[in-house]
Amino acid sequence: MSTAQILFLIFSAVVVAAAVMVVLSRRIMRAALWLVLALFGVALIFALLDASFFAVVQVLVYVGAIATLLIFAIMLTRGVMDDSKAQLNRGWPFALLVCLGLFGGLVYILSQWNRFNSAAPALPQDAYDLTLFGLALTSPDGYLVAFEAASVLLLAAMVGAIYLALEKRGN
Amino acid sequence: MIPLSWYLILAALLFCIGLFGVLARKNSVAVLMSVELMLNAVNINLLAFWRYLYLTSTAYNGFVFVVVLFAVAAAETAVGLAIIISAYRSRKTVAAEDFTALQG
Repeated sequence: MSTAQILFLIFSAVVVAAAVMVVLSRRIMRAALWLVLALFGVALIFALLDASFFAVVQVLVYVGAIATLLIFAIMLTRGVMDDSKAQLNRGWPFALLVCLGLFGGLVYILSQWNRFNSAAPALPQDAYDLTLFGLALTSPDGYLVAFEAASVLLLAAMVGAIYLALEKRGN
Repeated sequence: MIPLSWYLILAALLFCIGLFGVLARKNSVAVLMSVELMLNAVNINLLAFWRYLYLTSTAYNGFVFVVVLFAVAAAETAVGLAIIISAYRSRKTVAAEDFTALQG
């Protein structure tokens, strides 16, 4: 087994264990901290995929911003849910069944695919030019439509979030 | 060398754990956290396909997908938490099963 494989197994074990704790942990604040660990593990997986830019963006956006936002929301709504009671719905065995079925189905379908076990090609010297990526993102010949769609989505989300969370005084 | 299948199985597993959280958790903030797990699984898949199948110096399709997905995840969290806080103000609960105002 190569070093990369051992690293992958360690990182994925961390990610999966932390994800299971996010779903099962009784106290919501602990679940949020496990989520931070899972997101860090995903950043490490990105680094293994030679996508170091996205590893850094993952830490900045998810661990830096989204996790902070979630913890704020937890603290604003704390004490409403009783920690000592079960945190899962009554129908959770059905949910487990659905998820196990989906996982088995996905793995079965993927294993039929003839490129399932393909190895990674060697990374070319110029595969990672972020300046060119930025230019392609904003050029009409490149991905301008996707870029603009993401911008409009963020603007709409910002306006919506401000409107929803604003305390309406006077009524 | 790590085969592509390892990444795909990890992503499938992460997605299914997130799906279980979405279906089974009572607390709606925990449901949002499970959605984050699912979005991360998709990102792993996209970057693995970029690295293994579409690695060229001129096509940035995989990167654009991942960047757009980051924006979607940020927007989803912001709007979702705003909705939860707004619902908490009016109903004093964050349990997903108590949000029945839209029920017919």
